[in-house]
Amino acid sequence: MAAPTISSLTDHVADLAAGAHVTALAWLGGTTAFALADGAALLVAGDDQKRVAAHPDGAALVATSDGRRLVTGGDDGRIVAVAGDGTVEEIGDEKGRWIDAIVAGRDGTLAWSAGKRVTARDGRGRLRHFEAPSTAQGLAFSPKGYRLAIAHYNGVSLWFPNTDAEPEKLEWKGSHLGVTWSPDARFVVTSMQENALHGWRLSDRRDMRMTGYPAKTRSFSWSHDGNWLATSGADAVIVWPFDKDGPMGRAPRECGVRHAKVSRVAFHPGALVVAAGYEDGCILLIRLTDATELLVRRASVEAQEDAAVTALAWDAKGKRLAFGTAAGAAGILTLP
Amino acid sequence: MADKIPVTVLTGYLGAGKTTLLNRILTEPHGQRFAVIVNEFGEVGIDNDLVVGADEEVFEMNNGCICCTVRGDLIRILDGLMKRKGKFDAIIVETTGLADPAPVAQTFFMDQDVSDKTKLDAVVTVADAKWLTDRLKDAPEAKNQIAFADVIILNKIDLVSPEELAEVEGRIRAVNPYAMLHKAERAAVDISQVLGRNAFDLERVLELEPAFLEDDGHHHDHDHDHACGPDCDHDHHHHHGGLKHYHDEDMQSVALTIDGEVDPDKFLPWVNDLVQREGPNILRSKGILAFRDEPRRFVFQGVHMILDGDLQREWKPGEERRSKIVFIGRNLDKEAIREGFLACTA
Repeated sequence: MAAPTISSLTDHVADLAAGAHVTALAWLGGTTAFALADGAALLVAGDDQKRVAAHPDGAALVATSDGRRLVTGGDDGRIVAVAGDGTVEEIGDEKGRWIDAIVAGRDGTLAWSAGKRVTARDGRGRLRHFEAPSTAQGLAFSPKGYRLAIAHYNGVSLWFPNTDAEPEKLEWKGSHLGVTWSPDARFVVTSMQENALHGWRLSDRRDMRMTGYPAKTRSFSWSHDGNWLATSGADAVIVWPFDKDGPMGRAPRECGVRHAKVSRVAFHPGALVVAAGYEDGCILLIRLTDATELLVRRASVEAQEDAAVTALAWDAKGKRLAFGTAAGAAGILTLP
Repeated sequence: MADKIPVTVLTGYLGAGKTTLLNRILTEPHGQRFAVIVNEFGEVGIDNDLVVGADEEVFEMNNGCICCTVRGDLIRILDGLMKRKGKFDAIIVETTGLADPAPVAQTFFMDQDVSDKTKLDAVVTVADAKWLTDRLKDAPEAKNQIAFADVIILNKIDLVSPEELAEVEGRIRAVNPYAMLHKAERAAVDISQVLGRNAFDLERVLELEPAFLEDDGHHHDHDHDHACGPDCDHDHHHHHGGLKHYHDEDMQSVALTIDGEVDPDKFLPWVNDLVQREGPNILRSKGILAFRDEPRRFVFQGVHMILDGDLQREWKPGEERRSKIVFIGRNLDKEAIREGFLACTA
């Protein structure tokens, strides 16, 4: 049986040389900001490229964005915000300890972790600290209110930084890595060391186990309507249904099946289309409704371990998709 | 695929001289660049550009199986370091003095991301010639570190008499007869003895001969298998060219040889079952086997319950097709292991 012809968007991709492992990327209005493992932030706006030293002699290990600034956490222990015009502001310093996780919330809120120590910073710059029971590997703000989910060993802590109340504990044995909160705030989902996802329905604390991944899930993305959660870690994008009562007892969709693992996923901000980046450098757009695939970027010709797509993000309107790889390649797709 | 970055694990009881050895490795003119992961920023500075502090977080995987413990902090740090590939050629992990080396080693087999990009080169244990004999009696951690080692640096030999040195060497050999042992003052050893050992590489598991007498060149071909009763608590000394031979009541090695082939259909289920049952007690295992009708050598090595085995090079013409296995562990039932292994004879 002949493989179906894949329509290609490769002619609409502008290639860039980021020059170092791309840790993450964000859209700041019309500017694309890449956080790099050589400590720089690369800002691209049209034909203009600017490189600013966010972590001199260091590396950006993690990054987040509120749409106005790219905020990076480095192996120098510093939290640095880079604006689209290249202005750099240091907003935190953990004294040389590696920053393990960072997340931006609404209204200028920000949170980061270094080891067990979690810091939340509200819109006015006030800092609150929480000592997690073990290293806080993942952070996610609630879509409703100033509340933070902290993933650690044996579960998740739900913390209101503005109160002195003990954080609520969601328990499940094992090492929890990343964490995400559903857009309707009903579910908290983590990725685990054991190549599985774990979820809690907050209304009744019911556990959800989502297993069968051949690798760790390192990338989550919610559909614009909040009904679907796309995940990396398998030879296809695994998309879980979160409408109605959630994914309990329901099978996930598998789309974009290839002989390579998905390393990054990014749902389109306005349509049921998911962008998938693979460990071999390939990028596809997949329409969830009929599984139609569009090729954005071909896989690297040589089996190169650094080819993996490590960053993938749509702009706010969903017209452009930017990506970066472990080898330092990058590019921007502009939809025709 | 690019070469995997080699990782050396440096262990040893408190005060044995780990940091001295580490600084010696780092300052020698070898042209290599290292990333160093240390677990406590001690008073002694580390002479290196890239030093990462770690928290030594031991995590259980797969719902609490004791043999599936890994170092969560190490997984995270190695992932971060791999983003800066090209900045270093090798990684050294220094553990705390009380650390069990097993979770560190298991991390390199249990975590796919780690094993895709790095490889465990060797576990190197620094031992204090003056105090190790005492620590082997009162500190199970020290004994674990010796039992687990691929390379042992017996340090501070200038602080002990020749008799004391022979004593401590005998004690070490009772626990681990297979590690390479180097004597040193102020941790001065040739770093090629410490780095680039490929101790976990199946292709490099060449021979499994105990290294009892590597230093004085004598050859003693007798059985050190004493017939001890369960209440045996005396030391067994035998003087051979100045080296004492002891029997450690708690930790032993069991080495068995079949002068011929084994049946893989019997051996593989047996060894898998053995490490599943006895995994918590077995620290290290290795074997080179002649399988029936198989021109290549089967080589395996293991850490607790994790076994890694494969067919390697062909038996050479004239090379005797023998099957040999070695287990180092606690309270091993030597008779049961012997019977089980002999039943695998082809």
